[in-house]
Amino acid sequence: MPQLDAGARHRVRFTLNGAPAEVEVEPRTLLTDALRHGLGLTGTHVGCEHGVCGACTVAIDGVPARACLTLAVGVEGCDLRTVEGLAPEPGRLGVLQAAFRRHHALQCGFCTAGILMSLDAYLRLRPRAGRAELTEVVGGHLCRCTGYAPILAAALEAAAILRGEDPSGPATREATDAEKAHA
Amino acid sequence: MKPAPFGYLRADSLDQALDALARHGDEARVVAGGQSLLPMLNMRLTKPAVLVDVMRIQALREPVPERGALVIPAGVRQAILLDRPGLADDLPLLAAALPWVGHVQTRARGTLCGSVAHADPSAEIPLCLVALEGEVRLRARKRRRSVRAEDFFTGMMVTERADDELIEAVRYPTRAAGTGYAFAEVGRRHGDFAIVACAAVVDARRMRLAVGGVADRPTARDFPLLDGSALDDALNAFAWDLGAGEDLHATARYRRDLVRQLGRRVLSEARQDSLRCRS
Repeated sequence: MPQLDAGARHRVRFTLNGAPAEVEVEPRTLLTDALRHGLGLTGTHVGCEHGVCGACTVAIDGVPARACLTLAVGVEGCDLRTVEGLAPEPGRLGVLQAAFRRHHALQCGFCTAGILMSLDAYLRLRPRAGRAELTEVVGGHLCRCTGYAPILAAALEAAAILRGEDPSGPATREATDAEKAHA
Repeated sequence: MKPAPFGYLRADSLDQALDALARHGDEARVVAGGQSLLPMLNMRLTKPAVLVDVMRIQALREPVPERGALVIPAGVRQAILLDRPGLADDLPLLAAALPWVGHVQTRARGTLCGSVAHADPSAEIPLCLVALEGEVRLRARKRRRSVRAEDFFTGMMVTERADDELIEAVRYPTRAAGTGYAFAEVGRRHGDFAIVACAAVVDARRMRLAVGGVADRPTARDFPLLDGSALDDALNAFAWDLGAGEDLHATARYRRDLVRQLGRRVLSEARQDSLRCRS
């Protein structure tokens, strides 16, 4: 049983975006701070720091979770994905990111990393998720710019593309209609 | 916001966790999913010397069906239970209430026992435990005991648990023949704390209504099968007896009205449900 002292720093090892990673942290260090300060990965944003706003959401062992409500020492051996892992290569966007761009699903961008990670993890678990389900997923995030409609439109289109369907099919048409209704 | 410093013990077995709790007493806090404790730590509303992490204890990971009940150990996350095949048949009340607990992103980590330990008066998981007359199974190094849910919650975020005890599991009675269940809640937004939440259990002889978010703990009352103005009077008396307070989110009067309205709705739905599964 590992026993970690309060004041000392301890090495934590995990998988981060497919590659082995390690960071030295105090037991009280939140995963948000371990990622940002310990590893220099500032794509994960810090908002409310008590689990409400969703800006810090990352995928832990394949499920979306609040990094601000996770102790870094608690992810020893876990498989983490952050927004830095979404793009297939530098200068290119992932499917979900590209859909966000097409639909103007972000303005200031503060909430975006968290929303992308929630949707990325969720669509891997439930590729057939429809509007109601995705509305609930996005409901776990605060976005003060977009009014959410373009975020849902982007999510529905990305889901259709990821399922290998024609992105101009019914799911996306529904998304576009929703956007028009919103505009 | 950063937590005050604390030591951290990752228990690999129940014995290790119980030893740590015996050693550190009220200096220690148990952490499972962390979705209630971490906000408290971040805001420094609690400053334990040691956290005992129980999520790597394999023996606490799987729900265990018992005769007439499902026993849910400390390591079972809310999302895992919600995905359990047959949950809506076995525990219709919990299946209806769990989607109201936080968000997808917090249910993915949070546990049922953690919510029971936290004992927020507006929380859905303790409310269902009280409505269903469930039990909390407590275990210390040299003793174990079961406490009825109604006796376990003793005040606002205060419970019967002693400092050296771990909530090893909670026991939810499963669906009984001829019994109906219903849940309803009003909050500012989905995923917010409930202003008022109501859970009803109705069979051929009795209606039971449990209310969260009003008194300092989830509170239940049993009624005979009532209708019309007799039911209105009974609900009104219950609403007043809960001693609703006023805060930023709602006036006392609004809370009492929600108890009357939601109470009536869930009792009626549960009664319909009970008739359906009798035929």
